[in-house]
Amino acid sequence: MTQTVALDSDTAISPARLNHLQALEAESIAILREAVAEFARPVMLYSIGKDSSVMLRLAQKAFYPGKIPFPLLHIDTSYKFPEMIAFRDAYTKEIGAELIVHRNEPAIAAGANPYTLGTQNCCGLLKTRSLLDGLAEGGFDAAFGGARRDEEKSRAKERVYSFRDSAGQWDPKNQRPELWSLYNSRLKKGESIRVFPLSNWTELDIWLYLYAEKIPIVPLYFATERPVIVRGSQLTLFFDGMKLLPGEEVRMEKVRMRSLGCHPCTGAMRSEADTLPKIIEELLTFRRSERENRAIDHDEEGSMEVKKREGYF
Amino acid sequence: MSATATRDFEEFLEAHLGQELLRFTTAGSVDDGKSTLIGRLLHDTKSVYEDQLAAVKKSRVNRAANGHVDLSLLTDGLKAEREQGITIDVAYRYFSTSRRKFIIADTPGHEQYTRNMATGASTADVAIVLIDAKAYLREGRLLPQSRRHTYIASLLGIPHVVAAVNKMDLVDYAESTFSSIRAEFVAFASQLGLKSVTVIPVSALEGDNVVTPSAKMAWYDGPTLLEFLETVPLATADTRGPLRFPVQLVLRPDANFRGFAGQVARGVLHQGDRVMALPSRRETTVRRIVTWDGDLSEASYPQSITVELDDEIDLSRGEMLIPAGSETQSSGLPEITRHFRSMVVWMHEEPLVVGRTYLAKHTTRSVRATVKAIRYRVDVSSLDHVQADHLAMNEIAEVELETNLPLFFDAYAESRTTGSLILIDGLTNATVGAAMIVGAVDTEGGQGSQAALVVVARRAELAERLRDALEARGQRAVLIDDSLITNDSLTSVVRALNLAGVTAITARELSTEALADIVRSTQAFAEGEVVVGDGFEDDEILRLSGVRI
Repeated sequence: MTQTVALDSDTAISPARLNHLQALEAESIAILREAVAEFARPVMLYSIGKDSSVMLRLAQKAFYPGKIPFPLLHIDTSYKFPEMIAFRDAYTKEIGAELIVHRNEPAIAAGANPYTLGTQNCCGLLKTRSLLDGLAEGGFDAAFGGARRDEEKSRAKERVYSFRDSAGQWDPKNQRPELWSLYNSRLKKGESIRVFPLSNWTELDIWLYLYAEKIPIVPLYFATERPVIVRGSQLTLFFDGMKLLPGEEVRMEKVRMRSLGCHPCTGAMRSEADTLPKIIEELLTFRRSERENRAIDHDEEGSMEVKKREGYF
Repeated sequence: MSATATRDFEEFLEAHLGQELLRFTTAGSVDDGKSTLIGRLLHDTKSVYEDQLAAVKKSRVNRAANGHVDLSLLTDGLKAEREQGITIDVAYRYFSTSRRKFIIADTPGHEQYTRNMATGASTADVAIVLIDAKAYLREGRLLPQSRRHTYIASLLGIPHVVAAVNKMDLVDYAESTFSSIRAEFVAFASQLGLKSVTVIPVSALEGDNVVTPSAKMAWYDGPTLLEFLETVPLATADTRGPLRFPVQLVLRPDANFRGFAGQVARGVLHQGDRVMALPSRRETTVRRIVTWDGDLSEASYPQSITVELDDEIDLSRGEMLIPAGSETQSSGLPEITRHFRSMVVWMHEEPLVVGRTYLAKHTTRSVRATVKAIRYRVDVSSLDHVQADHLAMNEIAEVELETNLPLFFDAYAESRTTGSLILIDGLTNATVGAAMIVGAVDTEGGQGSQAALVVVARRAELAERLRDALEARGQRAVLIDDSLITNDSLTSVVRALNLAGVTAITARELSTEALADIVRSTQAFAEGEVVVGDGFEDDEILRLSGVRI
């Protein structure tokens, strides 16, 4: 029995069709340009991670031969790895981007940390609060973020243009429908939109693109011998000045980071992958999701959704 | 890793870099097993991470019977829907095989969520409509929701529709049941004008014919669902039509460079091509197609590029490049009109009403659109046309719209990009409707275009009467203030008003030179003409200005 019924012959294949990375790139560039055309004061959230590195390259491409027409905003929790800060400062200078660093100084001075506050409260103060303050201080009406829909279940429902009310909050039940590539940028005073140009990229796409485009990334992504301690169920990088808890000891292991967050809450993984092809190969054979090494996502079922409602990326 | 393994892997990488992307959407009702089908696709293509599967296995909720893992939990993302057991919003999923990369728009099939299905369908190459074989046996015909889903897929112009006849395990894998469903579905699909339909018998729960061929349906010799998705030819109409390049942004990094950034919406653009700008209709040549990765000799849909032109022509965001020499639709001209018909899917609790004005976004052009008439509403169960004076949420109708500025469009059937627009409520800013353009409305007396500027020297009374007459006709008009607006700034004021869809009227006396200047510069940007009232009767001026008497 023939299963396909061609009711019209006009369904042939074209050799000119873009491959998937070209198609994703074209879509992301169009999103970046559209937001710059329509918003008064956009900003790009720059987290220094691999996704931010891809988003930054796409911004360079979108406005070439001009420079990136908006500043980058880094929310510094004071718990970022020193290699991240060094990379941030060197790379943004090299490409001539304007960088704004925002920290919740009162909370940092008061000693906010995930051990005594719990990860939820610590993130709330050092990331979410700090982000909302940073956006408000700059008067930004649109913020580009590097979030991808494949990261986590509540992100799978996120729009490319994600509307936030005047308190910066997300209402998953009241999202604007988003059809074709026609984005609604209309805002009232105080409201804002988070724009996610990488919505349709997967973790594998990110790595393939970093490889194909030879984009620099923080060296922590590559495996090498590093001092580590075992804390809870997590392999934690050790660095000078870090206080050891009773029973902990420092040892050398060949490890790398799969995603970059704050050092107390982002675990390292044992790995031999010291090049991009090896990382990609590891990714394809290693079947655990990238956020698994982040303590914040599995506090409770649905914890990312709760954080997003409050204004987290 | 040995040297050989590395080389093999690099070949593998190159192959991965060259893969095509296919976007598909899934539609099914609450109990059709749609989430389970997607969970099965992800699970059997090894796209699920161990920790995610472990989380599903230990979840407090399990709706699958007989000790099966509830694969639907892999996709039901938000707390509310996990508790209710229904998908309440469009969720996007990603997986890949050695042949293609896939993006799934997983859309709910519950009656009140037609808007979500339209959303998911708007970008899809393929729609999978789930049909519950058990329910078919019970009812003796296709369920209304299956018809509705198929209709929406056809309305949104999806090139390929697949009916996945699910729950074959519950009908003893009977070929006769499948054949009846297939016959009824194909008949219905051809009635809708669908271009390509495929029918596949599956069991999402047991995994039959989803990824691996079923041993229990030896009578079926077609592809599994995944094989179909991996091999279905992708539509190419968008790369073959006449050029449409809507300008998103003008890039001016320095005095030596002026580039028009945008995404090719249709067709192909070559370096050296002669192109025409709309609405000015000025022609020029493409000097360069600029990208970060170097200049291109050609670019096609859907590439994002920057175009540098030979001449300094007037062109800005919301305007468009098309092939030079386009004079008629058959020679590459899009429709250029303010008055057109479109199919509208309404998406908001507050109904669409005739006479109301909404904001509309079409390609990169934002305009105001007034609902002139509802021609008919579609009863999506029977497909009958019924009369309507408003449109409630999830209803679909053919609507006449009139915009304040002309749109440059193709019918949606020709191009999903240049034939679509969204409607936005200007007060709440909510996206309230999705429109697929059918075609222009013929207006009696030709174009029905409005004047950009009407000059009625020393006839202040006529100027006021003209304004009132235009407003009575629903056309906005203002009198230029003689003390605030100098002759020097007159052109820019007229331009600003014209962009806002407002006719400017002045009763001031202008020198012949000043008038010629304004006429010349207005020709470059205005949608309507400059009407000079000298020597004409009042009624004639009204008529020239677009007022029907």
